[in-house]
Amino acid sequence: MKTFKAGGVHPPENKFSADAAIEILPIPKRAYVLTSQHLGIPATILVKRGDDVKTGQLIAKSSGFISANIHSPVTGKVFKIEDVIDQSGYKRPAIIIDTTEDIWEDGIEPSDKIEREITLSREEIIKRINELGVVGLGGATFPTHIKMMIPEGKNAELLIINGVECEPYLTSDHRLMLEKGEQILIGTAILMKALGVSKAMIGIENNKPDAIAHLSILSEGFKGISVHALKVKYPQGGEKQLIKALTGREVPSGKLPIETGCVVNNVGTAFAVYEAVQKRKPLIERVVTVTGKAAKKPSNFMVRIGTPISELIEKAGGIHENLGKVISGGPMMGKALTSPEVPVLKGTSGILLMLKEESAREKISNCIRCAKCISVCPMGLEPYLLEKLTFIENYEQAESQRILDCMECGSCHYTCPAGRPLLDYIRLGKSKVSFLVRNRKKQ
Amino acid sequence: MNNSILFAVIALSAIGAMSAIILYFVAQKFKVIEDPRIDEVEDSLPKANCGGCGYAGCRAFAEKIVKNGSMDSLNCPVGGNDVMAQVAQILGLQADEKDPMIAVLRCNGSRENAPAKIKYDGPATCAFAHNLYSGESGCPFGCLGLGDCVVSCKFGALYMDPKTGLPTVVTDKCIACGACVKACPRHIFELRFKGKKDRRIYVCCVNEEKGAPAKKNCEVACIGCGKCVKACAYDAIELKNNLAYIDFEKCKLCRKCVDECPTNAIHELNFPPRKVKPDGVEEQVQSPSAESSVS
Amino acid sequence: MDLLTVSGSPHVYDRTSVSKIMWGVVIALIPAMLVSFWYFGLGAVVITLAAVIFCVLLEYLIQTQILKEQTTISDGSAVITGILLAFNVPSNLPIWQLFIGCLVAIGVAKMSYGGLGKNPFNPALIGRVFLLISFPVDMTLWPLPIANRLVLTDAITGPTSLGVLKEGLLNQETVPELMSKLPDYTQMFLGNIGGSLGEVSALALIIGGFFMLYKKIITWPIPVSYLLSVFAFAGILHLINPDLYIDPLFHLLAGGLMLGAIFMATDMTTSPMTINGMLVFGFGCGILTVLIRVFGAYPEGVSFAILIMNATVPLINRGFKPKRFGEVVKNG
Repeated sequence: MKTFKAGGVHPPENKFSADAAIEILPIPKRAYVLTSQHLGIPATILVKRGDDVKTGQLIAKSSGFISANIHSPVTGKVFKIEDVIDQSGYKRPAIIIDTTEDIWEDGIEPSDKIEREITLSREEIIKRINELGVVGLGGATFPTHIKMMIPEGKNAELLIINGVECEPYLTSDHRLMLEKGEQILIGTAILMKALGVSKAMIGIENNKPDAIAHLSILSEGFKGISVHALKVKYPQGGEKQLIKALTGREVPSGKLPIETGCVVNNVGTAFAVYEAVQKRKPLIERVVTVTGKAAKKPSNFMVRIGTPISELIEKAGGIHENLGKVISGGPMMGKALTSPEVPVLKGTSGILLMLKEESAREKISNCIRCAKCISVCPMGLEPYLLEKLTFIENYEQAESQRILDCMECGSCHYTCPAGRPLLDYIRLGKSKVSFLVRNRKKQ
Repeated sequence: MNNSILFAVIALSAIGAMSAIILYFVAQKFKVIEDPRIDEVEDSLPKANCGGCGYAGCRAFAEKIVKNGSMDSLNCPVGGNDVMAQVAQILGLQADEKDPMIAVLRCNGSRENAPAKIKYDGPATCAFAHNLYSGESGCPFGCLGLGDCVVSCKFGALYMDPKTGLPTVVTDKCIACGACVKACPRHIFELRFKGKKDRRIYVCCVNEEKGAPAKKNCEVACIGCGKCVKACAYDAIELKNNLAYIDFEKCKLCRKCVDECPTNAIHELNFPPRKVKPDGVEEQVQSPSAESSVS
Repeated sequence: MDLLTVSGSPHVYDRTSVSKIMWGVVIALIPAMLVSFWYFGLGAVVITLAAVIFCVLLEYLIQTQILKEQTTISDGSAVITGILLAFNVPSNLPIWQLFIGCLVAIGVAKMSYGGLGKNPFNPALIGRVFLLISFPVDMTLWPLPIANRLVLTDAITGPTSLGVLKEGLLNQETVPELMSKLPDYTQMFLGNIGGSLGEVSALALIIGGFFMLYKKIITWPIPVSYLLSVFAFAGILHLINPDLYIDPLFHLLAGGLMLGAIFMATDMTTSPMTINGMLVFGFGCGILTVLIRVFGAYPEGVSFAILIMNATVPLINRGFKPKRFGEVVKNG
């Protein structure tokens, strides 16, 4: 069975919510729509206080090359345009909407009927993906339409659909593949058409045999799409690792995946593309897993963007009294939230509630140079060295030791017996080094 | 036996002498001729090599100042006016009198004023914590309390007050080298005039949020009400991004703004207690952490 | 409800710890320890216990009294140093000499560098070499196995097999002639020979080694490349002149090679970090061991070989980097 070669760890999977069907969460009374839900420049707000908005209406416009449109996830009145705290506790501009009865914008078809015929041309597809604000739903939230535009001189030959979901606990992609399998495959076919490729591979880790079987059967009806089971290993869901696992090619350091002729998209993105292209439905809702040892009822929800996370937690049975951390995303790469009052964003794949003892860090002791961090690093770096170089502020050396190649998967800190916060320091070093690199470019 | 001892002594002495001769000639051969004034200037500098002047060390500063031929915009904050006058004498130049400066922490978000709403569990460096989240109190501008400034201070002029969780400046030791200003990722430290008799007035807050959210996280935040701006007779206070800033070059230390501030965000240091007016309206303003910061 | 915690990812940890690793090594040392108790009896028990107590006590005293820091004796690393040092000395070593060895191992080789993880040389080996150079007579009087079980002093001593070989070759005897004076390989494999406490039984050490491999405390490259390079180098010499050079199997089983290759050279702190680096390190240890054994003044060269290679570790770490993902391969 295929997998990537270098490094990797096997954290306990703990997929509690794998059997919980996706429930549709009621529309919140008040939705908080942040203008920076994607990688890149925040969108420009188009509405003002007191405006009436319909579900699916464009409320903030893409304002740069790397940016994305944002649509109203609910129907109602704009209550305020104000800064609210984002996932890290810093203030970001947001549109706050008081909801009324759900009325969809004209032209959108919100029904569940499956639309199989792909009628749009290649350019029209990319245009629509751009207009309807589809971004990568795997977590990085990179605007999808930019991925579809192949740079001059490069050639795409293979589309890879990422159904790996290598993060422990999370099951949103798993459930989506089981329940919306056909839509995902149609979305894949649309992306293939947009890219002009004839081959697509769907990579799924073999801890989801039901999803592999389901999609394998369905994919027989689609030309060029094949489903591949992968050996379980974190971080297989990383773009570069997945390409390596499926094709054996390595993305060169500092380059984009297109160098290997591959374009990678998440299954969630494929579903969003289907909805956008076939139903004209903008990206205003997504599947969010609410899980963890501190969650009373691990569940998967179909949630409107902008719903406060506290409402999801409420719906999943509330919180355990020994709650230690609330994490947006998975336990390996997710972000610890400063407050459960922050809204769901386009990139929120899961809400993980962790017990205190589970999330508590180890006591830090001296590095014993056991080299475990080197053996688990999927990028072939030396985390212990990068940590030290950052600590002594030798950023030139850190750069030449390829600190910027780090994908922040967290395997090094996960495995460190001395409990050293390797990734924390590497992240700090990365931010300092990229600052230096930017300054150098300016000169 | 005796011979061998003698032989060893002679051999070692010979090797030593030979080495000394070789070293002498090599040193002569590769001698670098430098302006002797550089050494003189360097000798008069404090040799703290702190980089407070903006150069890599005292030697680099001495080279620069000799090469420059003038003392404009060159200043050794550690040595102060005395040292600069000495340097000026060596070079036959005129030194500008500079008012002594001191580092000032513009945040009063102590444990009491800005209680923690979250717990931080990670490495004790502000630079990382600043990238990660807004801070334990939720104030995205205030002090993170992890002490990057204390680490950066080479003069032992900063320490973390265990009671308030804020760094504290030791007035006698701070020489205003500016290391803490650079080290703080939130730019909370500022170099201000030390003031006569150490008297200073400054806004002890850098929060640029609007009044309500700022006050929500911290009792003593500047809420940008602008009362101090109106009270100031010297046009020294400016309100920008919901935050008042007192220009220390214009401020005449009249203390009117201190009385006006509704949240006690403006601190006065080392002033004598105020006379209580007959009607008892005016009271002395307490500035809890600031008092300790000058002792 | 208590306050939420915020920290950088990852938020789960695999919960290994330094002390778990160290106690794992201690467990792996138990078979060899039992063998030494069986063959050398009371002396072995006293030496092992004393070394462990000395090492732990010294580390505790240095940390609390001199360095004024929190003590880390519970992580088990001092216990390992103690056991390994005991394994490297003869069972009738005077206790005061052992104490000096422990002082050098813990005080000089470990704590003066900053404690666990910062020492460039293996502490136990430094202690051993210090003793060997300071007290060469006491350190090379090897009590015979079994005969000395209940004896603490005045043990019947004899040379090690490596010593017999070196002595014989110096006296112009040939290897085939000497073979009769040497123990047979089965006895050497089981450990029924004279020598340091822990080095005698290859079998017990290999069992410990497999336990550590299974627990992922050590990795294969160092022991494998060490033993293979000893075997290969000694084998080449043997093929060149069987009269002068003994066959490689003897080299593998004699002296402290197994102990060194499995427990000493693999010490995490003093060995390289990458697989290629480890292979080079093991290879260097092997070549040096054979060079010292065959051409050097000392009959045994494992300690010196490992210590010399320890000194090269920073260089190896600099020169041998892991294979970077997406390394651009230069064409032509």
